[in-house]
Amino acid sequence: MATLQATARRGHRRLVRHTLDLKLSPYAYIAPFFLLFCAFGVFPLIFTAWVSLHEWTLTSDVHTFVGADNFTTLLGDGYFWNATFNTFSIGIISTVPQLVLAIWLAHLLNRPLRAQTFFRITLLVPNVTSVVAVVVIFSQLFGRDYGLINWMLSWFGIDGVAWAEGTATSHVAISAMIMWRWTGYNALIFLAAMQAVPKELYEAATLDGASNLTQLRKITIPMIRPTIVFVVTVSTIGAMQILAEPLLFGAGSGAGGITSGGPDHQFQTLALYVYDLGFNKFDFGYASAASWVMFLFVVLAAGVNYLLTRRMGGAFK
Amino acid sequence: MATPYSQARRFGRLAVPVLTASALALALAACGGEAPSATTAGKPAEKVTLSIALFGDFGFKPLYEEYKKTHPNVEIVERVTQFNDHHNNLVKRLATNAGAADVEAVEVGYISSFTAQADKFHDLKQYGLDKRQSDYLDWKWQQGLSKDGSKLLGLGTDVGGLAMCYRKDLFEKAGLPTDREKVAELWPTWEQYIETGKKFASGVKDAKFVDSPGEIFRAIVNQAPVGLYDAQDQIVVATNPEVKKAWDLSNQLTQNDLTAKLAAFSPPWNTGFAKGSFATIICPAWMTGYIQEQAKDATGKWDIAKVPGGSGNSGGSHLMLPKQGKHPKEAAELIDFLTSKDNQARVFKEEGTFPSIPALYDDPSIQSFTKPFFGDAPIGKIYSDAARNLKPQHLGPKEGDVRIAIGDGLGRVEQGKQTPDEAWAQVVADVQKIK
Repeated sequence: MATLQATARRGHRRLVRHTLDLKLSPYAYIAPFFLLFCAFGVFPLIFTAWVSLHEWTLTSDVHTFVGADNFTTLLGDGYFWNATFNTFSIGIISTVPQLVLAIWLAHLLNRPLRAQTFFRITLLVPNVTSVVAVVVIFSQLFGRDYGLINWMLSWFGIDGVAWAEGTATSHVAISAMIMWRWTGYNALIFLAAMQAVPKELYEAATLDGASNLTQLRKITIPMIRPTIVFVVTVSTIGAMQILAEPLLFGAGSGAGGITSGGPDHQFQTLALYVYDLGFNKFDFGYASAASWVMFLFVVLAAGVNYLLTRRMGGAFK
Repeated sequence: MATPYSQARRFGRLAVPVLTASALALALAACGGEAPSATTAGKPAEKVTLSIALFGDFGFKPLYEEYKKTHPNVEIVERVTQFNDHHNNLVKRLATNAGAADVEAVEVGYISSFTAQADKFHDLKQYGLDKRQSDYLDWKWQQGLSKDGSKLLGLGTDVGGLAMCYRKDLFEKAGLPTDREKVAELWPTWEQYIETGKKFASGVKDAKFVDSPGEIFRAIVNQAPVGLYDAQDQIVVATNPEVKKAWDLSNQLTQNDLTAKLAAFSPPWNTGFAKGSFATIICPAWMTGYIQEQAKDATGKWDIAKVPGGSGNSGGSHLMLPKQGKHPKEAAELIDFLTSKDNQARVFKEEGTFPSIPALYDDPSIQSFTKPFFGDAPIGKIYSDAARNLKPQHLGPKEGDVRIAIGDGLGRVEQGKQTPDEAWAQVVADVQKIK
């Protein structure tokens, strides 16, 4: 009787330990990430919110509490809304063609090809080149007087496009730099997803006489929908944070302040504006307010994208 | 005197961590060795590494070698960053109390924002450098003093007396005189300079008269008794008629299509030198070194004439000693050495930056100094006259930021985005926000 009880108790204890192990250990495993995330992600986020409620500059040790003043100033700040417009404009011009191109490239590579690995690696090369090198070279390509692109355009009678000067032209030039770096990377992610699509579907479709394009639209895209949602979301967040391209493009084309994104702020993105406020004008309070609003925009844009891409996937079903 | 931004940037990214790491290692090493060296005078001095932060090539490199002959224990590391970044970084490094070099160069447009932070820098008087006062142009000396005048925070390197550089070959093509005396007679005033530009434009189609209006604006403002700030450090951009006059004149260049639309210090501007895209450029002494470097194939094509509108100063620097440095004594000796009379003369001859020591202006070796690149123009005499006749102007703490706001405004007119009046309204609003 006693031994039976003991066994039962021991069994019970083992069960408790087992359930504890099952329930708790996953948390223990992911804890390091979340601890680091709290230190380097959550804490700065909250601290930035705190700073944004103050008049806080680098050169002064006095930080006056001003409540929502920074935010109300921001809402009436023309440069801020200009930067918001530029960010969305560059975001759309760079992301949409980029993703279409990436799917198309992935589709091409998803067929039996010679030297497959070579082509796949080539796709990734632009992504591993330094952003500084890319922007410096593209700024020269897009040069007004001696740029390669204007030289080619001159064959068609188009002369002296001042890429950095116009709003639309500068957005196109910056988008080209972003697309150059990220199209191949996204194509590889799509390619990985496409390889998981059962080959039988394509065989059946081929037997039914479906064209290559129809197969892409009716089979591939619906089957890789989760990947598309992922890539769109990540690209959108990336596009909201563009900094290096307009900063270096401005330095490459000159005029006035390097952080103003052209004399008319024509290609100053939100991230560049925040950088200008924080690390050029040293107005940390105002810069923090701007980065918080920027954070809200990112959440909003990611949310809208998520809804859109879900519906897009549904339409193909 | 700025390197192309991208290169400097790349260098800076690499250099900062590397230098910080090596500085740290050296600091640790120095800590270890400090105790014995303090007590043992007469033994070989401990190894000292001094960093010096500049915003372009100051032509100091040969001087470092010279300095090492008398200070064999000193290593000198030069850090070069682009102009705006350099001054911005210094603000950050002073505020965070980390990362400043042992010796920091500060351009005249930024000097008063740093002399206002007297507690962040060593008083050079502690190291006996007030003995240098009699060497200097008085106003240059004053600029290096703290606000109340009690501390000496920066010692001057060069001054940027104004002149006008021009391309003889392009002037000849336009049917204009090429002799520097005759050219100077073309433009006693800025209005006449613009008229000359119109004549030039009617004769030459494949080059413009001037690179861009930005530096011209700066020169005209610098010739006025009061510039962007009044003596009480208030920004007077909106109310000073001299500023508006400079603005209007600069925009007339744009409106008459006389500018090549090449912003100063940008890569396309550098290309413009090489391709001969513009015929004149405002030429403070330090610019001559820049032209020579950028327009390598143009030996003998450039010449130098008097600037329209009288004398003025544009640019020039001071060397300062941040308190963060571990070796202030050696660093102060280095500052003294680099700004010495002989070395300022030497740097002028090699690099073009003009001395701030008036005794040199009468020195025969400076007076008779010519450069073949500029068609043997007597640049020693031209810049001596310019520096001697100069009326010093009070510069305020955010001079650099105000200049950027105005430069953007000129750029908007140049790019056809706004009329001069619209651009001016925006400049005034932008300047008001500068705190």
